[in-house]
Amino acid sequence: MSKSPQGASSIHAAAGNGLLHRRALLGRGVMVAGAMGAGATGALTAAAAEPLTEAPWSLAPGEVTPPYGHPSRFEKAVVRTVDNPNNEPSGSRARTPHHLLKGTITPNGLHFTIMHAGIPDIDPAQHKLLIHGMVKQPLVFDLEALSRYRMVTRVGFVECGGNSAPLFSNEPIQADVQALHGLASCAEWAGVPLATLLDEAGVDVSAKWIIAEGADAPHLSRSVPLAKVMDDALVAMYQNGERIQPGQGYPMRLYLPGYEGNMNVKYLRRIQVTDQPGMTYFESKIYTDPLPNGKDTQFYFVQEVKSFITSPSPGLKLKEPGVYEISGIAYSGNGRIAKVLVSADGGKSWAEAALDAPRLPKAFTRFNMAWRWDGGPAVLQSRAWDEAGNAQPTREQFVTKRGQTSKPPSVLGFPGHHFNAITSWAVAPNGEVRHVYA
Amino acid sequence: MRDLKVAACIVLVLAIGPGAAAAETPRLGKPISQPDLAEWDINILPDGTNLPPGSGKAADGAKIYAEKCAFCHGDKGQGGHAVRLIGGPPKASLDGGKTMANYWPYATTLFDFIRRAMPFTQPRSLTDQEVYSLVAYLLAANKLIGENDEINATTLPKVRMPNRDNFVVQFPDRM
Repeated sequence: MSKSPQGASSIHAAAGNGLLHRRALLGRGVMVAGAMGAGATGALTAAAAEPLTEAPWSLAPGEVTPPYGHPSRFEKAVVRTVDNPNNEPSGSRARTPHHLLKGTITPNGLHFTIMHAGIPDIDPAQHKLLIHGMVKQPLVFDLEALSRYRMVTRVGFVECGGNSAPLFSNEPIQADVQALHGLASCAEWAGVPLATLLDEAGVDVSAKWIIAEGADAPHLSRSVPLAKVMDDALVAMYQNGERIQPGQGYPMRLYLPGYEGNMNVKYLRRIQVTDQPGMTYFESKIYTDPLPNGKDTQFYFVQEVKSFITSPSPGLKLKEPGVYEISGIAYSGNGRIAKVLVSADGGKSWAEAALDAPRLPKAFTRFNMAWRWDGGPAVLQSRAWDEAGNAQPTREQFVTKRGQTSKPPSVLGFPGHHFNAITSWAVAPNGEVRHVYA
Repeated sequence: MRDLKVAACIVLVLAIGPGAAAAETPRLGKPISQPDLAEWDINILPDGTNLPPGSGKAADGAKIYAEKCAFCHGDKGQGGHAVRLIGGPPKASLDGGKTMANYWPYATTLFDFIRRAMPFTQPRSLTDQEVYSLVAYLLAANKLIGENDEINATTLPKVRMPNRDNFVVQFPDRM
């Protein structure tokens, strides 16, 4: 939070290269704009508005109201990018367009999804959840039975362990925030605490793990420590108020707040209580990474503190110098976001961003920072801290510990997992935004 | 006084014990017997728990591989539009190259995953015998067992995977 060198000459600068104190935009900010932004802001207000006329849609009744609403036809660009559109026999990923969204809740149709073998077409009336293993009495639940239990509602993110993987590249890959960070989303989940169902089955005192399994074709399975399950795991059935969508695990998924996306097993059909992890394919081979010291990671459960700027970002060109709102998302699998700092000069100076309420644990938090772009080069960065005191690492710190590739991989590849370092966007004098390492 | 406390505790346990819990939740889980859940009981644990009867050898596995796996994984396991299964670099890195021989910590995972998820378009279609044979073939092709070694519920968990002790648990405090 050091002041910029120019800070001394401008009482409204929060940090270097144009970051503004919030009050500069409220009340006194008007004076500031007049006093010190004459050139830039003058251009924004100089041209008079066109005379107002009635538009065609104001002169006749509109269309029929559909039973299920959809976004405006003018919003067709706000969609996920799908990397396996023809459902070839392999995985498929759909990424959230963060640069086109605001707030903190991802619309259900835009929530990221990774499928390992297509989306199963599950008849909810025939779906069953089995709890067995180290329990007194194995039990089977169906959807109708679970709907009688008390459900818990909580807002929280899901992030793929491979989100942001292109940033393991030794050179910055030119892609937008959707391609780089689109495998994270946030929703309100409602479901039955798994602890309630485990208590009903009677867990053996020497049990330590569960192995959760899906009803999709790969019968995807992951091990979860019993302590986490008893703490806050949900058998989630609703997402943002409606039944969770097929891509999210209809009719039920495991929801493990703050834990690696792949562990939040979709189409949940079975929980085996055990005294050891299963060492399943996904936890022993896929979501593990070679380290620079020659070792390999294992059981990297937590999605650690992270933030990135969604606007401005690559693809969102700045039209002209003037005041812009730097906005982005911060989250941590360890709890609430404590603070987010923003830099416009590549990390030389920082200012504290405003955090939108509510700041919920293990959920997206929206941050905002006013910025006067003077038309010169700038490097925008955000850095988050969580309430447990963890700081989002710089890329240099991260790479020292976790490594990077020796040559740039495909933007769709997953060279590593759990990348949570700072992302840098460079703004060129022509207003274009590029991904850089700074 | 102490006796009174003990007595009070007993009363308390009776009051909030199973009876009280039953009142708080609907308790609608339907009991199921082990034989009736057996069809779904497919997790294989790394110590070999739940490996089924049967056995297999590499020669039988090679035939099944050619018929059901080679199309995606390549005729020699070199990889195609699905991942490589045989050979590869000596060490994995962030540039790739995680292989059965240099990376997978447990051979039991191979049985578990093939049985639950493969072949891609027909999961759960292989018999346990076929899975054992395929596991034997892949382990032998990767020089992790001998060509004529038999793979069964006793031998599979004993296969020593070279990279097993190289993993570092990231959040030991969470386990």
